Amino acid sequence: MATSNPSVFLLTVNGQIEGANFPEYDDLYCKYCFVYGHDWAPTTGLEEGITQITRKNSQSSHRLIWNFPLETTFKSTNPSGWPQLVVSVYGPDAFGNDVVRGYGATHVPFTPGQHTRTIPMFVPEPTWRLQKFTGWLLGRRPEYTDPKVVAQGEGREVTRVRSQGFVTVSFHIMTKDMKKMGYDIGPSSPANTASVTSGWSTEEQQ
Amino acid sequence: MMHNVCSPVLQSKGESLQQQEASLEPASRLQGLRDRDTVTRFDREVSIYVKLTNLRLELRWKSFMYKLISIIHLPSYTLKIQVGKGLPNAEEAYNFFTFNFEPDPPDESERSSVKRQKQRKIADRDEGRGDEAEEQEEAEDLFVIDQSPQDFLEVKKAVYVGYQNLIQRENEQLFTPSFRTVPTSVKLPENMKPRYLEDEGLYVGERPHVSLTNENILENRILKMEEGKKWFGDDGRIMALPDPIKESSTRPPLFHMEEDVDPSLQTVYRKVRHTRCHSDPEGDYQLDVDVSGLIFSHHPLFSREHVLGARLAQLYDQYLTRQHNNLTGHLTDKVNPTRQLSVHGKIHGGQSLTQAMTTRQLRDSEQEKDRTLLKNIVKVWKELKALREFQKFSNTPYKLYLRRENVDRASDEREHEDEILAEVVEFEAESEEDYQKKLTEYNKQLEEWKLWRRKQVPTYLLAQEASESEGPIEEGPPKPEPPERPDFDSIEQQVREKASRIRRKPGEAILIPELSASGNITASELCPRPEIARRQDVARRSLFIKILYNDKEVSRTDSRSLNTDFRVHFGQIFNLKIVHCPQSINLQVFEEIGSSCSLLARVFVPVPEPSVVTGNVPVEEYEFSSNQRVMFDHEGVGSDVPLSFEADGSNKQTLLTSGKLSCCVSWGIGEDDVPLAPPVSQQPGGIHSGLDRLDAVTYIGASGLYDMKKIGEWATQSRLDPNDPKNASIMQLLKVASSGEVTAPEYFRLEHLQEEFNFVTDEELERSKRFRLLRLRNREVAEFRNYKCVPALEREVTDKVFQEYEKRLKEGEIIDTKEHLDSHRALVAKYLQKIRESVINRFLLAKHHYVLSDLVIEEEIPSIGILGLNLFKLAEPKRPLKPQRKERKKVTAQNLSDGDIKLLINIIRAFDIPIRRPQSNKPGQVQVRPFVEVSFQRTVLQTTTADGPNPCWNEELQLPFSAPNGDYSNASLQSVKDEVFINMFDEVNDKDRGKSIHTWVEKHWLGSVKIPFSTIYSQSRIDGTFKVNTPAVLLGYSKERSHGANGGYDIMRSLSEGTFITLFITMEPQLVPGETIREKVSHFDSQEDEHLLQASERFEREAAQGYPDRPCITTVIDLNGKTVFITRFIRPLNPPQEFLDAFPNNPQEATALVARFVSLIPSLPDRVSFSGACDLWSTCDQFLTLLAGDEEEHAVLLCNYFLSMDKKAWLIIGTAIPEGPTTYVLTYEQSRYLIWNPSSGQYYGQYDTFCPLQTIGCLVNADNVWFNVQEYTTPMRLSFDITKANLWKPFFSRSFSHPGLSSVQPEELVYRRTDKAAAAELQDRIEKILKEKVMEWRPRHPTRWNRYCTTTLKQFLPKLEMSRGQDVTEGHRHDLKRISGFPLHLPFCEIRPIIEAVYSTGVHSVQVSNVEFALAVYVHPYPNNVLSVWVYLASLVRT
Repeated sequence: MATSNPSVFLLTVNGQIEGANFPEYDDLYCKYCFVYGHDWAPTTGLEEGITQITRKNSQSSHRLIWNFPLETTFKSTNPSGWPQLVVSVYGPDAFGNDVVRGYGATHVPFTPGQHTRTIPMFVPEPTWRLQKFTGWLLGRRPEYTDPKVVAQGEGREVTRVRSQGFVTVSFHIMTKDMKKMGYDIGPSSPANTASVTSGWSTEEQQ
Repeated sequence: MMHNVCSPVLQSKGESLQQQEASLEPASRLQGLRDRDTVTRFDREVSIYVKLTNLRLELRWKSFMYKLISIIHLPSYTLKIQVGKGLPNAEEAYNFFTFNFEPDPPDESERSSVKRQKQRKIADRDEGRGDEAEEQEEAEDLFVIDQSPQDFLEVKKAVYVGYQNLIQRENEQLFTPSFRTVPTSVKLPENMKPRYLEDEGLYVGERPHVSLTNENILENRILKMEEGKKWFGDDGRIMALPDPIKESSTRPPLFHMEEDVDPSLQTVYRKVRHTRCHSDPEGDYQLDVDVSGLIFSHHPLFSREHVLGARLAQLYDQYLTRQHNNLTGHLTDKVNPTRQLSVHGKIHGGQSLTQAMTTRQLRDSEQEKDRTLLKNIVKVWKELKALREFQKFSNTPYKLYLRRENVDRASDEREHEDEILAEVVEFEAESEEDYQKKLTEYNKQLEEWKLWRRKQVPTYLLAQEASESEGPIEEGPPKPEPPERPDFDSIEQQVREKASRIRRKPGEAILIPELSASGNITASELCPRPEIARRQDVARRSLFIKILYNDKEVSRTDSRSLNTDFRVHFGQIFNLKIVHCPQSINLQVFEEIGSSCSLLARVFVPVPEPSVVTGNVPVEEYEFSSNQRVMFDHEGVGSDVPLSFEADGSNKQTLLTSGKLSCCVSWGIGEDDVPLAPPVSQQPGGIHSGLDRLDAVTYIGASGLYDMKKIGEWATQSRLDPNDPKNASIMQLLKVASSGEVTAPEYFRLEHLQEEFNFVTDEELERSKRFRLLRLRNREVAEFRNYKCVPALEREVTDKVFQEYEKRLKEGEIIDTKEHLDSHRALVAKYLQKIRESVINRFLLAKHHYVLSDLVIEEEIPSIGILGLNLFKLAEPKRPLKPQRKERKKVTAQNLSDGDIKLLINIIRAFDIPIRRPQSNKPGQVQVRPFVEVSFQRTVLQTTTADGPNPCWNEELQLPFSAPNGDYSNASLQSVKDEVFINMFDEVNDKDRGKSIHTWVEKHWLGSVKIPFSTIYSQSRIDGTFKVNTPAVLLGYSKERSHGANGGYDIMRSLSEGTFITLFITMEPQLVPGETIREKVSHFDSQEDEHLLQASERFEREAAQGYPDRPCITTVIDLNGKTVFITRFIRPLNPPQEFLDAFPNNPQEATALVARFVSLIPSLPDRVSFSGACDLWSTCDQFLTLLAGDEEEHAVLLCNYFLSMDKKAWLIIGTAIPEGPTTYVLTYEQSRYLIWNPSSGQYYGQYDTFCPLQTIGCLVNADNVWFNVQEYTTPMRLSFDITKANLWKPFFSRSFSHPGLSSVQPEELVYRRTDKAAAAELQDRIEKILKEKVMEWRPRHPTRWNRYCTTTLKQFLPKLEMSRGQDVTEGHRHDLKRISGFPLHLPFCEIRPIIEAVYSTGVHSVQVSNVEFALAVYVHPYPNNVLSVWVYLASLVRT
């Protein structure tokens, strides 16, 4: 295992899809999948998954909780095409039809450690008002041909979307052999990152 | 001028309006009207009459205002109108605002008063101008006389003013500047001569060009103004800056576009400035800035006493430092030993004496300074005391005590005397020595003089005589004066005088001043008001200091209030964590008054040496000052304001705000006593300072001062003024220096940082295999399109990866003759490849163009009808008895993988299968037992065996489909070149013969149908009856004719001959066929007329709307990618002459031959070759050169041939099976229409059932395009009468006539004779290859070739060619053996399809041990290298 000259580096993504915040909707479930470049390959774990349906707390909270674990390890030779997590949330509409409630994507964090990402979600808008109405009536809203579309930039200019809701995902990232292969992903300790992001070249203390 | 003609009525109305407005906003209005009044009053051109009217109105206005103002209680109004009536009551006020002042007829009295007014006014005017006071008077008068509205108005007829008068008045008002040159004397102050700076040798720039006339006009105009002369310079011209516009452009023209760039234009690579101090990013440095406090030596809020106090303190400080240094004592000590030395050792003489003297002089001056300092201290103190007494309070706590130190008078006097004596002695000695020196000098000179005198004597007399005539004689050395003896008495006098001046008197007590701050400051209550104001002002102020590091504010101190003693204590230490190299540390002193703060001064602190660390550095004081001008109206003296302490105001001083900031900057110390300072080498040098500051020495560096080039660089960058006398020498120097060398011009660069962003050099990028791989994949090169896991390391990329790609690249140049067998074909293939690439490149952009439906699935907008139906559906039974056909769901080919797609082939039935020849005349013999075998991508499936020549299978076969490279994108699927082979076989087994016990099964090929996958993909389903390609000769089989009594059906069938099969082919799931890019890329370049293009677009659009399923083409894209109108392709073209000659009497035969020739040109669907890009149409000559094309090219060529053969011919744009949208040819001969399939050479009658043409969209000939607007589309039910516009809609009609489009086709086609030898050679090679292949396909069995049979077959094949595949005599049968086999006929393009065809017949797969094979190949050459290939493969089984 401990080869001195690795030919791939590993990225382990643990974490969970914690929950979502969709103020208007309930009974939602979430699908997730990873989108990655040509040079990436999953070694263990699930690439795709679907959560249970969750309801909001009847008393107070507006949050939907899934706590759906993610555990995937990727191997790769090239940081280009770094994995992205694509989530799409579905749920029944007023007539009980299963419709999409949001698409969203985020890159898996680069740096090892714990990260929490709040992904803003959006849905494609119908082209015409009338379609909006009929879509609502018939329970067939516009959907992406492939949820993975949201992880790519090409061709998005032809769509129009509306934002709704957020999904919160927490990640625990581990990498192996990245530095050995010459990919320095920045300061190792999170304490240093704070000073890097401060924007000032100097810091003062009294 | 308007005033003159304006009637007063109008004016009064205007005024009343204004008043109404004014009532709304009295204050601002008041101001505005008063301004207006003054303008009117001083406008001398306004006529008197108007003036009067104005006056009246003004008065009315004023009275109103007065009332109004008294309402709003404005006490400071200055009108002295006394009104006893008090406030206007409500009614009055209301009337005032609403009353419509009608013009009342003026009564006599008023008129007289007006006259009087007028007279007075005239008088006024004569005097000069009515001033305000007078007017006030008048106002009062008038006001008293009457107040009624009639008073204010006067109605008068509009006065006619004569034209001459008008002109005159106009002239009075207008000024037309003359354009004559103004004499210089006018422009200059009187008695001044023009002074020309240029003549004086000063640099005067070139003035911007203004035409002389304009300049004169401007000068005249300016002179008219008051103070106009100030605009003129000393030379009498208008002052102007030199023209700022350069004569020539700064950017030199570029002449080297093609060649290499000018060396001076080469990109200069400059390493980016390292923002970090250190190569090691972890190194953290800390700079400690200790700001301890601030003392003002002058502050605007200083009172006079403070000024004196500060001066006193300063002097005292000076005194203290002097005392501390004790220079005087030191020097005194030094003087004494020297003196002793000089006294005792006279030997050394002069030297020690002079040394003693200089020391003494030094001491004397020091002593003098001490004394004056002391004097000054005392003087200032006295002044201070006087001031305190005068102002009766004290502001400063300073108190000066003078401590007397009494000395022993006697000893002191003695010392003093000694001192003086010693000095005198010294002086004496010195002067003595000096005298001696001078004396010797004198003696020497005297000697010389005497010598000279003696020489002169002999000539003296002569000289005297001569002197009379020649003037004075030549001069000799003057006679030296003897030096004076030093006066010792005076020396002593001098010494004593000096001593009394610079030293205290002997016996006098030594005065030691002591300054203390123990005095009382008078409490504020006891001070006079200005002083209190000052003190309050002081209390309001506070100070803080900003710390700027590299010109960025990093911190600031707390704000501390200013003490009465003008000291501020901060006592703050700032630890700066440093990332960037320190360049400047700057402390800015800010003063805060209330909420506003102002910058007082900047203090620049040097960056400390790395050795300077916190703890070992004393706090240093940095002086600062500010040149702000501040003045106060209280006791504060201000800043930059002259100030005098003398009673008479003389001896003025100007004091500037100044002070001392005590702070210290040092490097911090880390935990383990390591100074947190960057190493010395990292200190910024003068490398890039050129960008920031242009100090010569820092820029060049001291050593660089000798380097001409550097100086030149610096001079150009700092833009030295060449006329500045200070720079004269340097400019001179530079001129000399630069004349010898060529200086590179400086250019502006846009991307000079580009290199900085390259993470590897270009060479490395080229060299690296990994990068190459990545780039090829990024470019979507076919071999690497979906390449997974590019190795991370260079060494893991093997060369093998590129082999295939490189091979393909090489193929472009080296032609594989084995693959193509024919050099011409190879060239064509290469050419096609090139076209393909260029077209693909052209469409690369379009491929990445998305439409909404690619990304978003959305319900179509339902029409009302559908909506109603859907609502209706809700009531429908869930499982209807007669279910409706549902459209299958379409899948976009994106997220598919291998095995997801299946090809469904439904083989339904066949007609007219050849039957076996009866071997013996046994009744009830099996006619034929056919089955169908389908092979696709090397998967082979077959149906069950049926019986008889008209079998019905009705079986569905599922064939898996896998896309190349697992890429299921549209483009990739469109370019799949695989074909579905549907072969029909006859199953022969032993049972049929009923002979022996061991049974064997044999299958005999009967015919085949080929359907390309691309057709299935684009059509999504194929449903119909196809003609089976049966070999011309089937050994042992014959056609069954009219064998049943099927009635009318037979009549239909007899029209066409051959075997037919009914098929239904589709894909599961249904794929959405990719749109041809033509739809996306709407506009290609075109040389067509814009109107024509628009019309054709409109025509096609209307056609598509009205009849969506009928293809309509009016414009096509030619091989150059340009849009061409379709009729340009049609032109009569000559077929090869030999075809016409072959059958001179039988035009029917000739027609068939021509059709055959056309069909022999290989077909290459361009939808495949250009991966669905679009249809490209080539002209006939291109087609014949390329020898490849699809149905359109064939059809066009055939149509053109037919036209030249005097037939009526049209192009049919329609759909057929299995091709899909295609092009056929329609001819009209012998009063019937014939439909020709150009790629097979077959023709069908209009009423032929099995005509593959299903839909006719439009007809095209050279003149017009007709679109089918009839009810039906099948040829059978159409009328081909194109003259009827209600059946065929013409493109060019009366409204849009044919513009006379020239043809794109050549005038005439030139044919090359076919090389028979080459054909023979090709024939041999094909034969050889096929033989090898057959043996290869039979790896377990020996393959024997029957030579006799082969020769027979070879003789037979040319006959087949001659008869164009029609049945010939069937006498070539071998009775000896059971022979099965058939000739295959193909147009030649490549060897591979031939092999495929042979393989698909399965002749080789005979398992019987005693089988023999016979293979014959015949290649028949047609003109222009069109080759017809016949392959006869037979198997012989010995019976």
